Amino acid sequence: MNIIIWTIQILLAPALSPLFIGIVRKAKAKMQNRQGAGIFQPYRDMAKLFRKDEVISSDASWIFRFSPYAVFSVTIALGLCVPLFSSALQNSFTGDFLVVVYLVALGAFFLALSGMDAGSAFGGFGSSREMTVAALTEGGLIFSLLSLAISAKSTNLFSIASSVSSLQPVFMAPVILAFIAFIIAALAETARFPFDNPATHLELTMIHEAMILEYSGKRLALMEWAAANKFFIFMALAANLFFPWGISSGASLAAIVIGLSVLSAKILILTLFVAVLESSIAKFRLFRLPDLLFISFILSAISISLIL
Amino acid sequence: MFTAVLSQNAFFVSLSLFAAGAFGSLLLRKNDNAANWWGNLLAIAGAVSGLVSSSAVIFYNSSFSFTAASSLPLLSFSFNVDKLSAFFIFTISLIALIASIYGMGYAKHFYKKYNLGSLGFFYNAFIAGMLAVVSSSNAIFFLIVWEIMSLASYFLVIYENKEKENIKAGSLYFIMTHAGTAFIALAFLLLYSATGSFDFMVMKHNAGSIAPLTKNIIFILALIGFGTKAGIIPFHIWLPSAHPAAPSHVSALMSGVMIKTGIYMMIRIFMDIMPGTQPWWGALVLAVGAVSSLLGVLYALTEHDIKKLLAYHSIENIGIILLGLGSSLLFLSLGFKSLAMIGLVAALFHTFNHAIFKALLFLGAGSVISKTHTRNMEEYGGLIKRMPQTAVFFLVGSMAISALPPFNGFFSEWLTFQSLFSGIRSLDPSMQWMFILAAGSLAFTGGLAAACFVKAFGATFLGRPRSEEAEHAKETDIASRLGMSLLAILTLVVGFFAGKITGIFSDISGSLDVFRSVEVPFSSGVNVLRFNDGFASISMPFIFGILIASVAAVFAVVYFLAAGRKVRIARTWDCGTELDRRMEITATGFSRSIITIFSGILRPTKQIDVEYHDADMRYFPKSRTVKLEMKGIYNFYLYRPIRNSAMKFSGYFKMIQSGNVNSYIAYMFLILIILLLSLAI
Amino acid sequence: MFKLLLKILFTPRTVIPAGEFTGDSELEIIGKKLGEKTAKMFGRSLSIREVDSGSTNACEQELTALSNSFYDVERFGIRFVASPRHADMLMVTGAVSRNMKEALIKTYEATPEPKIVVAVGDDAIDGGIFKGSYAVSDGVDKVIPVDFKIPGDPPSPKVILGHLLKILEAVDSNKKYRG
Repeated sequence: MNIIIWTIQILLAPALSPLFIGIVRKAKAKMQNRQGAGIFQPYRDMAKLFRKDEVISSDASWIFRFSPYAVFSVTIALGLCVPLFSSALQNSFTGDFLVVVYLVALGAFFLALSGMDAGSAFGGFGSSREMTVAALTEGGLIFSLLSLAISAKSTNLFSIASSVSSLQPVFMAPVILAFIAFIIAALAETARFPFDNPATHLELTMIHEAMILEYSGKRLALMEWAAANKFFIFMALAANLFFPWGISSGASLAAIVIGLSVLSAKILILTLFVAVLESSIAKFRLFRLPDLLFISFILSAISISLIL
Repeated sequence: MFTAVLSQNAFFVSLSLFAAGAFGSLLLRKNDNAANWWGNLLAIAGAVSGLVSSSAVIFYNSSFSFTAASSLPLLSFSFNVDKLSAFFIFTISLIALIASIYGMGYAKHFYKKYNLGSLGFFYNAFIAGMLAVVSSSNAIFFLIVWEIMSLASYFLVIYENKEKENIKAGSLYFIMTHAGTAFIALAFLLLYSATGSFDFMVMKHNAGSIAPLTKNIIFILALIGFGTKAGIIPFHIWLPSAHPAAPSHVSALMSGVMIKTGIYMMIRIFMDIMPGTQPWWGALVLAVGAVSSLLGVLYALTEHDIKKLLAYHSIENIGIILLGLGSSLLFLSLGFKSLAMIGLVAALFHTFNHAIFKALLFLGAGSVISKTHTRNMEEYGGLIKRMPQTAVFFLVGSMAISALPPFNGFFSEWLTFQSLFSGIRSLDPSMQWMFILAAGSLAFTGGLAAACFVKAFGATFLGRPRSEEAEHAKETDIASRLGMSLLAILTLVVGFFAGKITGIFSDISGSLDVFRSVEVPFSSGVNVLRFNDGFASISMPFIFGILIASVAAVFAVVYFLAAGRKVRIARTWDCGTELDRRMEITATGFSRSIITIFSGILRPTKQIDVEYHDADMRYFPKSRTVKLEMKGIYNFYLYRPIRNSAMKFSGYFKMIQSGNVNSYIAYMFLILIILLLSLAI
Repeated sequence: MFKLLLKILFTPRTVIPAGEFTGDSELEIIGKKLGEKTAKMFGRSLSIREVDSGSTNACEQELTALSNSFYDVERFGIRFVASPRHADMLMVTGAVSRNMKEALIKTYEATPEPKIVVAVGDDAIDGGIFKGSYAVSDGVDKVIPVDFKIPGDPPSPKVILGHLLKILEAVDSNKKYRG
């Protein structure tokens, strides 16, 4: 039975993530009084991209060709390290939250390198902005997860999830503060508003999109899929670490089904929240973003000192 | 006792091999090739012997001590190699081995231009000096070999003496290292006056009788003195000029191991000779570490000289090592001995890892510089196609120093985080905020270091060549590539077996008297490192396995999904314009955002000069010059006031030099009367 | 922000449901057929890159109007992308001026196969009101191979949608590669 659970765990993120991206776009379209594409449209886009040829720049090197695989593999590896729907997969080997943070940094490293590889002007400054935002996000991300780890007395994400579910109300304030800090950091890492506009056509406003402007065909599909996976995993982390009720502890079929549906419901709520956020506020200017990220760090620090 | 004799003999064999290498290459200086081969081969042999000796001590518990008395009072040539010294000997020998392999190919650039005999002489003397520094057990002997090490490295820094800036860098290095040595000498004198001997063992024995005030003063003096060698901010000003000036394999040695000798002596004095510390000692070291790491990486981001960038990163990593050391000192002073062990293990492990990947990066930078004849990153670009293997090795080094899994840098930063986290959890609120701030600085440092190495690797190797030299660069020779490949493989291997190696480090820390019979707070196996209180556990082989398996799986799936699709090579898309070499991102442009964000700390200045066609009308500009500068704030707040006050006081004392012979005779008469009076009394 | 959300909830829908548009059932059929056609060619997903090769911007305005809440071309699976590397179809507007000739060729080369090139507006088809001028090439097909043309100066969004349908009908859906 464990094999089945592990298989579902590995395949869950790549299978479901385009669906949630589609939901975000549909919700945004509805808020703009349009009809919008269907929620399964990202699947069709990726299928079409896998059937297209590629054009690769003559200035690009093996880093350009290899990066999509690296970035996508990192998201698959992340899927193994985070609690998704079942705590029967207690993973004390790679479940440490620092491992998760630095795996994300590994993906960003290769993404930024690939942006610089083709020698285009857009990719270069996209990489510069991406590394600026990523460097400052790590503080808030590590610290919001640290405050949870201290209250749960373990840095293992699975243990954190199971411990927060049995938390007394007196610990609610630190958890809420850590949640706000984590959401800010998660929005930064997944390149959503107010850090980046994933639907823009203006290169001057791009951060993540600017680095993938050179990609086409199957590599573009991998990059977009990897971005969707990262979004799914961060939303799953937010759902399962801060609101862990519903993670099944058994290994039976019923437990798996319940776990999956509760997870989907939680991520759906968070996705709708992101969609509403993207329709209500504007993207911030680049030099206002560090203020936001330092706020995330300070909120987590306050949350830690409240716990102790 | 067989192994004790073995390690002692091997150690002295290695010292003599280095001595033979030094004098032999001096004798062979007329023949460039012979001097090069002799110097490097004997250095390799000496390094191998050092490796044998130190491995025997570490793994077979065969520490040794050797004393050869001399005719001079207070001086005795005494060596004491316990596991701590053996670890440093191991690191020095390892990096020396690889640097010498690299040097065999690299030094060919100096044929006919500079004297290779003197290169061999100073190189071997430098390594021998370092080996003696970490094993000496008598303060006077220590100062002698410390001076040998500093002098040899000074001559290596100014080796390429045809460039003026190298001479200036050498002078700055000379002054700063001797200023540091002065502080060290003062500390040893105070220790002597308090304990009555220059011998380390005797000092340790009598350490209980030192007054607390004296201990504090010794601590400050030793911190400043050894910190100058280690390169903590604000005593680091010699590092960014001296490390780039030296030949690249020497820079690897200086940056990888020489600055660690300062760390070694700090551990030796603060934990071995004079333990029983006060809490503020650990707090001060923690603060120094946090400031050094943050400012080091910020200044690294501003650099576009590749070796200066790497030198600033050394400062940052010394900061990280000091974070581990500081937390360890703090826990010792509060009595949490097993938590203190985590900090020390983290510091030692990071020392080892940093030596490996910093040497790798410097060797890579050296290869690039030797083929493009410039250190300026703005003139590189596209080198990954022209120097593919160097690019791979430099990429491995960049990933290791940015603490990315599955390489070794990630694990030692993880351990440092764990030691800081344990502080946050176990201490009372008055100390906690220090650890929170320290952990915050470590978190930001990790992110900024990754940004800096994306810039360094990207501007150097990716994109299009930005100059003629970069366009015509070629791959380096086999010796250089062999050296770099060994280090790259080592980063991966050390990362893979990190759990097991942590066990070795806890063994080494446990050998210090202050940690005797302290239970190790974690259990380290090949697969998993697990903390005993259940707070954290990690498995490096699993991380490595997951990453490799994911990449392989993704390759397989995509191959089938997109079978039959063709790939066409075309021009880079840039909105249909003609792309020239000025349209890429530059190293300066890459980090401009971060510099602007931190402009409160870094204080960048921008100066724009415009030259017009007609100076009166000033309608049509002929040229614009933009000067972007960054003066270090330590220059403004520390060194300039020191210099100004020194000049002022010298000005006051100048008044007694009136130039009048009569007044000088009056001075002599006055002093004579005072002396006679004091003798009478 | 809550006032904004309330306003969003209570604004009536304005998407022209393709059947009610001035009592014209043609657009309803267009919508359904477009869905089927893009299904065959590109699996109901089409990415368009718009190239302005020296136009009066009238056609651009009409193309931009395709994405608003009245015409909403996204519901058919069609979207506009930021780079020709991401595109399946190039919609070229404007008589190709001398300055933009080179750029247009580079854009064409930067698009991966299979691709379709559509000339939108009279200017792009044969030079339009600028025909014969020294400053333009008379039409896009003098510069890059054009597959289809949409006449009009400028064509309204309804016309563009209708012609997109006819274009996709004309594409041989059995051949996998073009160009």
